[in-house]
This record gives sequence, C-alpha cells and structure tokens, in this order.
Amino acid sequence: MNDWIDIGTLADIPRLGARTVDTPLGEVAVFRTNEDEVFALINKCPHKNGPLSEGIVMGRKVACPLHNWVIDLNSGQAQAPDEGCTTPLPLKQEAGRLYLGLAAGKKVAHA
Amino acid sequence: MNSVPRQRLVVIGNGMAGMRTVEELLRRAPVRYDITVFGAEPHPNYNRIMLSSVLAGEKTIDDIVINPLSWYAEAGITLHAGDPVVGIDAKAKIVTAASGRTVAYDKLLLATGSKPLMPPLPGLELPGVVAFRDIADTDAMLKAAEAKQRAVVIGGGLLGLEAAWGLKRRGMPVALVHLMPTLMERQLDVEAGGMLQKDLTERGLHFFTQGQTERVLGDTKAEGVVLADGRSIPADLVVVAIGIRPNVDMGKAAGLDINRGIVVGDDMATSDADIYAVGECVEHRGQVFGLVAPIWEQAKVCAARLAGDNVATYATPPLSTRLKITGIDVFSAGKLAAEDDSDEEVVFRDATKGVYRKLVVRDNTLVGAVMYGDVADGGWYFDLIKGGADVSDMRDRLIFGQAFADSGCCGGAKAGMDVAAMADDSQICGCNGVSKGAIVAAITEKGLTTLDEVRAHTKASASCGMCTPQVQAILSFVTGADAAAPQAMCTCTEHGHDHVRHAIVDQRLKTQDAVRKALGWKTEDGCAKCRPALNYYLLCAWPGEYVDDYRSRFINERVHANIQKDGTYSVVPRMWGGLTTPDELRAIADVADKFQIPTVKVTGGQRIDLLGVKKQDLPAVWADLNKAGLVSGHAYSKGLRTVKTCVGSEWCRFGTQDSTGLGVKLEKLMWGSWTPHKVKLAVSGCPRNCAEATIKDIGIICVEAGYDMVIGGNGGIEVRVTDPLVRLSTEDEVLEYASAFMQLYREEGRYLERTAPYVERVGLAYVKKRILEDDAGRKALYARFLFSQSYAQNDPWAERASGGVDSHEFQPLAVVS
Ligand SMILES: Cc1cc2nc3c(=O)[nH]c(=O)nc-3n(C[C@H](O)[C@H](O)[C@H](O)COP(=O)(O)OP(=O)(O)OC[C@H]3O[C@@H](n4cnc5c(N)ncnc54)[C@H](O)[C@@H]3O)c2cc1C
Ligand code: HEM
Ligand code: SF4
Ligand code: FES
Repeated sequence: MNDWIDIGTLADIPRLGARTVDTPLGEVAVFRTNEDEVFALINKCPHKNGPLSEGIVMGRKVACPLHNWVIDLNSGQAQAPDEGCTTPLPLKQEAGRLYLGLAAGKKVAHA
Repeated sequence: MNSVPRQRLVVIGNGMAGMRTVEELLRRAPVRYDITVFGAEPHPNYNRIMLSSVLAGEKTIDDIVINPLSWYAEAGITLHAGDPVVGIDAKAKIVTAASGRTVAYDKLLLATGSKPLMPPLPGLELPGVVAFRDIADTDAMLKAAEAKQRAVVIGGGLLGLEAAWGLKRRGMPVALVHLMPTLMERQLDVEAGGMLQKDLTERGLHFFTQGQTERVLGDTKAEGVVLADGRSIPADLVVVAIGIRPNVDMGKAAGLDINRGIVVGDDMATSDADIYAVGECVEHRGQVFGLVAPIWEQAKVCAARLAGDNVATYATPPLSTRLKITGIDVFSAGKLAAEDDSDEEVVFRDATKGVYRKLVVRDNTLVGAVMYGDVADGGWYFDLIKGGADVSDMRDRLIFGQAFADSGCCGGAKAGMDVAAMADDSQICGCNGVSKGAIVAAITEKGLTTLDEVRAHTKASASCGMCTPQVQAILSFVTGADAAAPQAMCTCTEHGHDHVRHAIVDQRLKTQDAVRKALGWKTEDGCAKCRPALNYYLLCAWPGEYVDDYRSRFINERVHANIQKDGTYSVVPRMWGGLTTPDELRAIADVADKFQIPTVKVTGGQRIDLLGVKKQDLPAVWADLNKAGLVSGHAYSKGLRTVKTCVGSEWCRFGTQDSTGLGVKLEKLMWGSWTPHKVKLAVSGCPRNCAEATIKDIGIICVEAGYDMVIGGNGGIEVRVTDPLVRLSTEDEVLEYASAFMQLYREEGRYLERTAPYVERVGLAYVKKRILEDDAGRKALYARFLFSQSYAQNDPWAERASGGVDSHEFQPLAVVS
C-alpha cells in the first residue's frame, strides 16, 4: 500500500527545475516541466549516481549534471545508446499540492 | 529431440585477432559452435593499440575495452580470463590450462599474439625493466611515472616512440636509445625521420641514435643503461620496445609446422586441419604481422572457413603506417625510396610549416608515399598505391594532394578531401578495412546520423581513431549536411552557432522562446546543449536587458560552485592576481574548520580551493567568506577565471614592470564577465615568464620596453602556445587591448569554444585586423565590454548568502522520515 505524502506545492518547484525530498528510500528528486507536469525519481543517475535534481530539465527529460546522460522523467530510463534505469516514484497533483507515493507509515516534516 | 549437437570451438588468446574472429563467426553462424575462450590476461578483450593513448593519459583502461564481460555472456561464450593454456593434445583434441582445467574441442583457434623481443643483455631481468605489450606493462610504466623518475626507452620504432611520448606526457624525463641513425627507419625515409626527431626533441625527448645498448645498470633494480660507445644514461625505468616475435608456444605444444610463426595457408588453417591460427602468432607465405589491418582480414577469412565456407582465401593487403602521437602527423605506405633507375622520386618541402612529402612513382603508378606534417592526403595516396592507378595525367600535380591534382589547376583547389570524387572501394579506415562504400551503405540503410553510430555499425574509426575526420566528412556528405557547412547546434535545430547569433542581433530576438520560434526550433524548450548556448548568446547580445535564465545553466553556474564526483561542491574565493592577506587566510581556515571541509588545496590558478562542501552549507560558507571580503572566484564559470601573476618588479631582481599590480588591474576589470568558455589570463614580469603566460587565453609578458600581449594559448590536453599579438607601452593600453580581444571573443566565439580554437578558426591575421588595424573598431569593442561589465560585476555569493536569490536551490522541499 502506498501512503500519499504531502510534500508541498507546485509553486515550490521552479519551472524546468527540480527540488529534492529526503525519504527513507534516499533522496528523491521532484521535477517540474515547462508544462507543469511533475515527476519523481530516486535522485541517482543510473550511470554513476549523479544527482539528477541538479541537471537541466528539457521536455520530459533531464540531462545528468555529471556526464550528460539523458534520463526520461516518466520511466527513469536512460536514453539510448546509454543503458540503465533509475526508479520512478508515484507522484500526484491535487488542488495545487503534491503528493508522493511512499510505502505506508511515513511521516513528513516540511523544510 | 533430433537437434544436431553443436560443435565445440576453443579459442586460445583473448586478444584482438581472436575476438574479432569470434565476432565475425557469430555474425555468420551464430549457433554453429559452443565457444570457450582462454585468455592469459585477467581482462576482457581490449584495444591493444590504444594502450599508447592510455599511457599518454588520453584514455582510460575502461575506455579501451572492446568486448565487455557482458558481451561474452550474451553471446553464450565461456571465458576463462587469467587462465593460460599450457598444453594441447592434438590427437585427443583436448587443451589443458594452467589451472588444471581441460576442455575438449572439435576446432581449435590459436590467437596468442606475440611476445616482446628481448635482446640478450645483462641486467634485463632487473625490476624496473618492462616491455610495452599489455595492460600490466602499461600499469608498471604509469606507476613509475607517478614517482616522477627518469625513463629510458630502447627502440625508436612506432612502439618505442609512443611509449616515450606517453611517459613524457606523464611528466617523466625520457631518453630514447635507437640503434639506427634515424627514427622509424622501416616506415620513414631519412628526411622525415629527421623531422620527427627534431619535433620530438623540441617537445623535450632526448635521443641517442646509433646507440647500441650494452647492458642495464644496477644491482637490485634498474639504474640506467650503458651504450657500446661508453655513453651511459641514468634511469629508474627501462622500457624495451625493439620489436616483437610471434608467440608460437601453443603451436609447438600441438606439434604444428612452425617457422618464424605458426605456419598457415591461405585458408588460415595450420598443418592440422582442425587447428586454425590468426593474428601476430602466424606466418603466412613467409610474412609475419604487427598491424591490425591485415589481421582483420585474416579474422574474416578464418571465420568464414569456420562457418563452413570452402573458398574464402586470405591475401595480405598493402599496409600503411601512422604514428599515434597527438600533434605529430606521420604517414607512410609502400616504398620509401626509389629502388632503381626506373623509379622516380617527387619531393615537396615546406620547412617553415614543417611539411614534407615524398612520392615514389614507377611506370606511371604510385608505389610509395612518405608524409610528414600534413597527412590529410595519406588515404588518397594509399588508394592510388593499392589500386595501381595510372597517374600520368596528374603526375605534375600529384605531390600537392588530391584537391590540386583533381582540380586540374591550382586555382580551383578544394580544401580537405573530396568525398564525391572518391571511389566506393577506397579504403577509409585502415585498421578495420572499411571502405567508403561500406560506410555510405551503413549510413543510408540504417539511417545513421552520428559519428558514434557509424562507429558502432561499421567499426570505421573505432580502432586507432586516425581516420575520424574522413569518416565525419563522409557522414556529412551522405546526410546532406555539407562538410563545409556549419554543424547544427544540436538536434533541436539545423542552424549553426554563427547563424543563430546573427539572427539574435539582426532580428533583435531577446528571449530564448523568441529565438526558438523565429528560427523554427524542433523542441519546445530546447535541450541541454542549445539552452546554455542560447542563454549565453542572449546575455552577450543584450547586456542589461536579457534576464539570465538560471535553468539553462549547468549546475556549477547555477549554484556558483563546482559539483564534484560525489555530489559535494568546491568553493574557490577570488584572490586578485594571486595576492592574499593574513586576514583572508584566517577566514578561509576558520570556514574550513567550522564546516569540516575535508580538503584545502592551492589551485593552479594561484588561489585556494575548499573541496567537499555540502550543498546546504554553501550559503553559510559564502556568508563567512564574504565577511572577510572574499568573493566568488568563478572557478565554475564559462567566464573569467583567474589572472595568474609573478612577483615582478616589486620584488624580483629580473622584473621589468609591476606584473602583479597589472594582473590585479586586469582581474578587477574583467571579473564577472560571461564568455563562450572559460578564460584565463597571466602576467609575467619578464621573459622568464614564471606566470606561464604563453599558455593562457590572454598573456602579458613584461619587457623593458613595455608589454607583449599574446593570445589564444591553452594548457590541458591540447597544449597550444599563444600567438604574439602586439607590444604595448602602457598599462592603460594593455587594459584596452586585452578587453577588446576579450569582447571580440565574447561576440564571435561559439559556445564552449576556447580562445585557442577560436583564434585558429578565424586566423591571427583576422584578430590583428580587428584589434590592431582598426583603431575605432577596437575602441568600440572596449566600450561594449565596459558596458557589459557594468551589469556583470555582482558577487553571486553575496546575492545568495543573504538568502535572497535562489534559496530553493539549497534546501530540500520536504523531509520524510
Ligand atoms: C602499444 C601498442 C600500440 C600499437 N599500435 C598499433 C597501431 O597504431 N596500429 C596497428 O595496426 N597496430 C598497433 N599495434 C599492434 C596490434 O595491437 C597487434 O597487431 C594486435 O593486438 C595483434 O592481435 P593478436 O590477437 O594477434 O594479439 P594480442 O592482441 O596480443 O592477443 C593475444 C592474446 O593472447 C593471449 N595469450 C597468449 N598466450 C596464451 C595462452 N597460452 N593461453 C591463453 N592466452 C594466451 C595474450 O595474453 C593476449 O591477450 C600496437 C601494439 C601495441 C602493444
Ligand atoms: C633566473 C631565472 C628565474 C628566476 C629568478 C625565477 C624566479 C621565480 C620566482 C620569484 C617565482 C615565484 C613567482 C610568484 O609566484 O610570485 C617563480 C615562479 C615560477 N617560475 Fe621562475 N624564475 C626563473 C626562471 C624560470 C624559468 C626558466 C622557468 C620555466 C621554464 C620558470 C618557471 C616558473 C614557474 C612555472 C613558476 C610558478 C611556480 C608555481 O606554480 O608556484 N622560472 N620563479
Ligand atoms: S617572470 Fe621574471 S620578473 Fe617575474 S618572477 Fe620570473 S624572473 Fe621574476
Ligand atoms: S552519473 Fe549521470 S551521467 Fe554519469
């Protein structure tokens, strides 16, 4: 079962930008596209664990800041010819607030 | 089930020849064999050729692996790496490895390569003596280079020269001993060999030609070598690279016919019909091998035979040689010199440019070419040699290269190679034997668009990489993008950088969206390649108007610190002209203590780097540094980095001017500016040039009579020495001319193009025209620079330390526990 955890509002994340959320799974990157879609991925590039939240967001993709792998925000898949995948997490928007789907029983503290 | 049991193929030798044969075999007959590979080295198959580049620091071992372990697994190949075969029972058809493992075969392939030739010299067994053959040798050399000892390389052929150059690049003093009077005498004539020696001497190698090594000095480890004529050379590392001999051990074990190498026929089979051999271990029609091009041919034939083809036959193709030393271009093929009266030599020299060419013509055909300095036409000559074409009607123009020879008249000369005119069967990649036709076919059939794709599908330029420009030219030709036409900025647009910049100014485009709309971008919000470039171009074109888009900047420029491999950051405060004070040093020390910063290092740019700072600490670190008057050093930016200075006339007994003071003035003038790529300056107080101004983007060298300004230098991988621009007489002039050049580069340099390639692209004469010959133009450039600076000089740290700007960058959105 997932708990939907309130992590803040859309406005907290810059357009074409990202913020991070500390979770028991490790750091999660939450991205916002130009179209105000939001996605959450474990904040580790499948290549060498680069912090994806620091990358350049374009369309529904992000370019890793360390060696420029391009990762799909929806699936977490690296774009060919690179191969690898980072874990995507469920994220939903409701009435301007963002909810991250995590295994049940997690508490949240807003920074 | 009635499936035919698969045959068993055992391969001894997990190297270039063996695995190429297996690759070819899998392509032809993917399920015919169960394949087992034994390799003496504890590595997957790697590109041995590139060990030279690993040694020179241009590639890592990871970069040169050809078949990663996953490839073996996917192909169902059993690999025993690090387990050499020690015995073969050819009657029972069983091999035995050092570990005791035995494997039975139906067919056996020997691909054991060669062994370094070791002369019978006293002392060769001492620690510190190595050959240059495999990863282990390369590691040994790199270790020695780390200890910064001295090296002697014995052997002035391809291998010895590449070893010597690699060690030199790693910072070792290197001497090279060569038996013959000139270098690479098997591939180069005396004149080209002499030019090579001169160029390498200028790059700091020491040569002992006609040097017969007599013994290696030392009791417990190598301490040097002594030559027969009594000269002695101290060294802690002795590299022996005098040649190779086929490794025939396995041939002997199997009782095969052996001469210099394991004897094979045109079908690549040995004297035992079930045992094949390929690569440097074989001898074919009296010839042994040392280059990969013929070996790839052998691999093809051998694979065909193993796959059941009864007609494939091997014949050795003509060979050409290139030396893989960055910046030194050597090419040779065929005959090196006229052999009798019927041969004719045509020679071309341009001593000032360091270019030399010699062609050997026999009966109206080209039979040999030796080139030094400019080797762009090497492939064309090689084609003429291989094809035996009649060259009589271009005989007088031949020496000037393809462009001249084909054009019929020197006026119509085209730059570079003419892809359209090139025959389909002309060979482009010598290493892998890939023809123009094969590359064109792959590009059109598979719809390839990038160099990497062409490499992956055809292997062209995938081995030694020397033919990359030709492959690129063919790609551009086939995909329609004219080779001369500018390359598109990225896949979002077909426009090149210069076109986009002009459009920004001409059409007064002032936002990224406006640019993308006006120029028909294919993507809504661009990509990680074009966005930072557009952001810079707009910032440069519209200072004060365009609002910087921090989302289009790489992380370093966004958080004003350098991201490190573990995701922490480094912080480098500015030290103007390399000057600091006790108070600043105390503040830095306090910050390092307070935030438990693990590493404090002095940089090459005369300032101090705090490494390992956590992202969330950055604003507080900056605030503390700001309090002591320290501001961002922009060590992360495509902008002005440092101005390095020496002590100059204030302290030094040789100083002619106040180099430190001038450096500080330059840095105060230029800091904060954004540029296409990073910019570094240096000011030296006299021509001894302790601040190393001649490898900087802009260098000033003080002399009694004033200030020499030099431009376009670069350290790094491609070292480029600056071009002298002008001698100036006052500091104010220096500030004006340096700023004008800076602005010229800002306005015309393509994003991520350093000044060195910029100056090479536009030419020094052009820069002189803009900066020296056009006084009004220079003053206008200077004025534009000052105007732009009036918006640029805000300390980004102060803006962020206060919590005002981009505070979201430094805090997590939420913490879930
Ligand atoms: C530094 C360097 C630079 C070079 N540069 C160029 C260049 O620019 N252009 C060019 O064309 N060529 C170049 N060459 C030559 C090229 O690398 C060789 O021609 C090629 O590697 C030969 O392939 P091979 O498979 O015959 O031998 P190798 O690649 O040497 O493979 C043989 C393998 O067999 C293994 N082996 C030996 N005995 C046994 C056993 N009993 N059991 C199991 N395994 C065994 C060896 O350990 C080795 O791994 C260069 C070579 C070197 C060393
Ligand atoms: C008699 C001749 C020389 C004298 C008196 C001299 C003096 C100095 C001094 C005083 C410095 C310190 C400058 C500073 O950083 O403020 C210095 C640094 C330096 N000098 Fe020289 N120098 C001489 C010759 C050379 C030569 C010939 C070279 C190079 C070929 C050279 C290369 C350097 C370099 C690279 C530095 C910077 C070292 C560093 O990174 O700290 N010097 N020299
Ligand atoms: S460059 Fe000249 S003036 Fe400057 S420190 Fe070196 S020797 Fe002295
Ligand atoms: S860690 Fe992401 S590209 Fe290397």
